Amino acid sequence: MDKNISFTLKIWRQRGPKVPGAFKEYPMKDIPGDTSFLEMMDILNEELINKGEEPVVFDHDCREGICGMCSLYINGYPHGPATAATTCQLYMRRFKDGDVITVEPWRSAAFPIIRDLMVDRGAFDKIIQAGGFISVNTGAPQDANGILISKKVADRAMDAASCIGCGACVAACKNGSAMLFVSSKIAQLNILPQGKVEAGRRVKAMIAKMDELGFGNCTNTRACEAECPKSETIDNIAFLNRDFIVAKLKD
Amino acid sequence: MWLVNSSVGRKVVMSVTGIALILFLTFHMAMNLVAVFSERGYNAICEFLGANWYALVGSMGLAALFLIHIIYAVWLTLLNRKARGSERYAVTVRPTTVEWASQNMFVLGLIVVLGIILHLTDFWYHMQFAEIANDMVLAPGGDPADGIALMKITFKNPVFVLLYLVWFGAIWFHLTHGFWSALQTLGWNNQIWIKRWKCISNIYTTILMACFALVVIFFFIKVTFLGASI
Repeated sequence: MDKNISFTLKIWRQRGPKVPGAFKEYPMKDIPGDTSFLEMMDILNEELINKGEEPVVFDHDCREGICGMCSLYINGYPHGPATAATTCQLYMRRFKDGDVITVEPWRSAAFPIIRDLMVDRGAFDKIIQAGGFISVNTGAPQDANGILISKKVADRAMDAASCIGCGACVAACKNGSAMLFVSSKIAQLNILPQGKVEAGRRVKAMIAKMDELGFGNCTNTRACEAECPKSETIDNIAFLNRDFIVAKLKD
Repeated sequence: MWLVNSSVGRKVVMSVTGIALILFLTFHMAMNLVAVFSERGYNAICEFLGANWYALVGSMGLAALFLIHIIYAVWLTLLNRKARGSERYAVTVRPTTVEWASQNMFVLGLIVVLGIILHLTDFWYHMQFAEIANDMVLAPGGDPADGIALMKITFKNPVFVLLYLVWFGAIWFHLTHGFWSALQTLGWNNQIWIKRWKCISNIYTTILMACFALVVIFFFIKVTFLGASI
């Protein structure tokens, strides 16, 4: 049984994209250690609503670490201090009695703040729309298992595919670069025979879209892979660089 | 042009110029080492290079490499600051796997540039420039190929020794990240190679900079304690 803790939340409040924001402090009392971070935020919001104040806006959906919807930059870490875990998988037992917990939104020019801790990650969808798919003729599609793929290749593609597109890589990067996300999405498709056919076109289209949306240039600091809740590695970025350079040299 | 318009292309330019500059440093270090073993040999190299056409072509190419590397560095840094946005985080933590150098490449680069300016005024101005301008008053003892004399004059002063060592330290930090990072950008990397490249980067850079430092310290000791004539 975890013991209860009391702490102070320092939360970024901002009413809209253009309005200047500021930190506001909220004392929290007797929160059980086995409360998840998002449940704790729910408790805070309930208190705020009961007091007639505006609740804190934050993103969340599945609350089991697979949808990529939750965000929050907690005490200097995207998704909080836990490794290979999303914010919804973070529990209050990681914090100590009397702590000040600073909660900020993802900060990046390509992710404008909608309100409080919620940011617009629509840029990722636009990158996927630019090339994050394979083209298949409908009518008489081949059976999915018609093309044999070795276990090694399948595993590698699956590892890349485990990226949930939460944006922690962009939030962690001092350059606001989306390379870990884009490279994971490209590797996942370009490694497999079904995706290889369009590899060059895909990598060029997705990089062009990524640059257009105002993401930064990767400088290999590796902050992204340290913070990725799905443990994606910069291996994927090397893969992307390779495919991109090859595609450009072919032109 | 993809080397200008795309983020990966811009990084490729940084990588290729960076690797070329590491190669230049390697040659430079090899030539410096000669000074430890043979003063006559070193001056022969200075004589051989001097302001001959091939040395001038080489110097121009080198200057172009430096300029491209520096211009792209400034440009990329500005783009990245813009991408980061105007609001900064109130609390930041550097994860243990993130090297300090990797996040401070631009600052380290600035120190390196200051060192280059110092180095050019100390040596290049009195050697190749003196020969180009045909102004032998600038040259040490009227001989622009007498590199040894210049080294002794410069490294007699402990302040210069210290400045050069700080400069070498900055280059060491810059290269330990830059070396493997360049190969990562060129796509020659994966889970196994990243460990190899990091190891190679550290060893190569350490040997390289240690040899540079050795020559400086060698001449400082030679002039100060062993009473070598200038």
